[in-house]
Amino acid sequence: MTPRRPTAPRPLFLLIPGLIAIAFLVIPMIGLLAEAPWGSFGAILTSQVALEALRISMVTSIAATVIAIFIGTPLAWLLAREILPGTRILRAMVIVPLLLPPVVSGVILLTAFGRRGLVGQWLSSGLGIQLPFTTAGVIVAETFVAMPFLIITMEGAFRSLDGRFEDAASTLGASQWTIFRRITLPMVGPSLVAGAVLCWARALGEFGATITFAGNFPGVTQSMPLAVYQALETDRSTAIALSLVMLTVCVVVLVALRGRYLRPTTS
Amino acid sequence: MTVIANFTAQRGEFTLEFDATFEPGTVIAILGPNGAGKSTLLRAIAGLVAASTGSIEIDGVVVDDSQKTFLPPPARSIGYVFQDYALFPHLKVLANVAFGPRSRGLGRKAASRLALEVLTKIGIAELAGRLPSSLSGGQAQRVALARALATRPQVLLLDEPLAALDIETRAKIRLELTEQLSAFSGCTVLVTHDPLDAMMLADRVIVLENGAIVQDATPAEIARRPATPYAAALIGVTLLRGTISNGELKLDQGGILHTADLDVAGPVLAVVRPESVSVHREQPAGSPRNVWPGTIVSLQAAHDRVRVQVDGSPSVVAAITPAAVADLGLAPGSQVWLSVKAVEIDVYPTVKH
Repeated sequence: MTPRRPTAPRPLFLLIPGLIAIAFLVIPMIGLLAEAPWGSFGAILTSQVALEALRISMVTSIAATVIAIFIGTPLAWLLAREILPGTRILRAMVIVPLLLPPVVSGVILLTAFGRRGLVGQWLSSGLGIQLPFTTAGVIVAETFVAMPFLIITMEGAFRSLDGRFEDAASTLGASQWTIFRRITLPMVGPSLVAGAVLCWARALGEFGATITFAGNFPGVTQSMPLAVYQALETDRSTAIALSLVMLTVCVVVLVALRGRYLRPTTS
Repeated sequence: MTVIANFTAQRGEFTLEFDATFEPGTVIAILGPNGAGKSTLLRAIAGLVAASTGSIEIDGVVVDDSQKTFLPPPARSIGYVFQDYALFPHLKVLANVAFGPRSRGLGRKAASRLALEVLTKIGIAELAGRLPSSLSGGQAQRVALARALATRPQVLLLDEPLAALDIETRAKIRLELTEQLSAFSGCTVLVTHDPLDAMMLADRVIVLENGAIVQDATPAEIARRPATPYAAALIGVTLLRGTISNGELKLDQGGILHTADLDVAGPVLAVVRPESVSVHREQPAGSPRNVWPGTIVSLQAAHDRVRVQVDGSPSVVAAITPAAVADLGLAPGSQVWLSVKAVEIDVYPTVKH
């Protein structure tokens, strides 16, 4: 008998379910590749429906991410420093859109920003702004659903930042704004990138809230996921081609993050 | 540049009560155990903590009157060297040092030039392009000092500036710091729990315990007549509390010592230096007036002596040679006799604060 090399223990009761989980996650992606209409791929992607869906997806998801960065980052800071009263409740409210079925988020947005909604009637009669069934509505829906990802990431980053750096900057004469701009933000920079990418990926994939609140109008509110959904009923190969594009985008993003989420978190 | 600090500050359950005036050009060491309120004192002077009562005055300006007036840190002329230095990890050394001048309104180029000047003066100009993560402990300490001095503060606050360094570096940096501080015209408040820092760097030592000043004196005075067991232990002597009359000292912890001090009467503190305690296996005969039995608790090597902690009436520390330890066959638990000459016991009235 040859002596066994000492290795990390591999208990079967963990190994087998683990491998099943891997298969469950990977086989569908292989299935997508297998059924991809490689021959007509170019024609499908340059069709007007696909191009417009791609354009709308890019514009709205980037807009939603930018909005989230500009209002979500300050909120994350406020939550981390527990400056507002009822921080615990506020934090729970921030997480709600993460857990809510997206279609419910859509209903919520309709009741708030719809033509007869709480804020919507005021927006439409007072300012003449219509959100439902417009591209702006898509941005609102995506921001609502995706911003919590950025807020949670940033709050964690602000929270784990050693307060002495800000103290030191303050004793050196820096104003609050200078401290935030030159010390706080650069030190949480990697987290900001990660949070923004998470937020953007979620906005890109947004379906339920968008179709409920903004509808499914090609060229106006039909983003990639909506186009995939619609194509699936009429032209399966278009749906698969578009899905493949989104899968590719996700993989590229993961690689671009250089495994930030592929490593186990230790710090 | 006088600092008048007469205030209390709250930190959760803890209260710091402080009342002292710092003269320009002096170095004041704040000595005390962990949790004594040393850092809270620095933070209150810097404006990172607000006073609950009383006031703090820097160079004739009330910076905190615990009522309406509270100047935030940028409005106070202070330089703060944090424990572990808190150098900005994403900025190079030059940018770290230039951060203060720049925040106080200097242009980018002028601030960089000034920063380089300060780095050159401290002798570390070659570190300008390095990131803090690549610095050794001693280098980081110098950069932190340069950063604090670059804004030309009136008050320099140093929080355990040498604690993060290994022993060899510490001795070297301590010497450097002595020079830098003597060149600094403002007043320096230095927090430490190392008595050597206090003795070498400071003109005046304030001992803080449990949020209150227990002693405020020159380093020499503290070394000679420590007011509390904490201060005595730092210096390495045994401090005994008791009541004296006609040279006979009745100790609070039990036991009687004879002293040569016949003039003092009433409650006193007595210092017994470890070198003045002799250790014997048998009861000694002869001249020493003070002879009593005890049990050895521990033996600890320190430089060329062994410090022997002996339980008895009173309990004291004796310092004897390693050869004596071997000759007498001493070990924890050994029964011994102790003796001290009456003239070796320093007695002084209890200091009030």
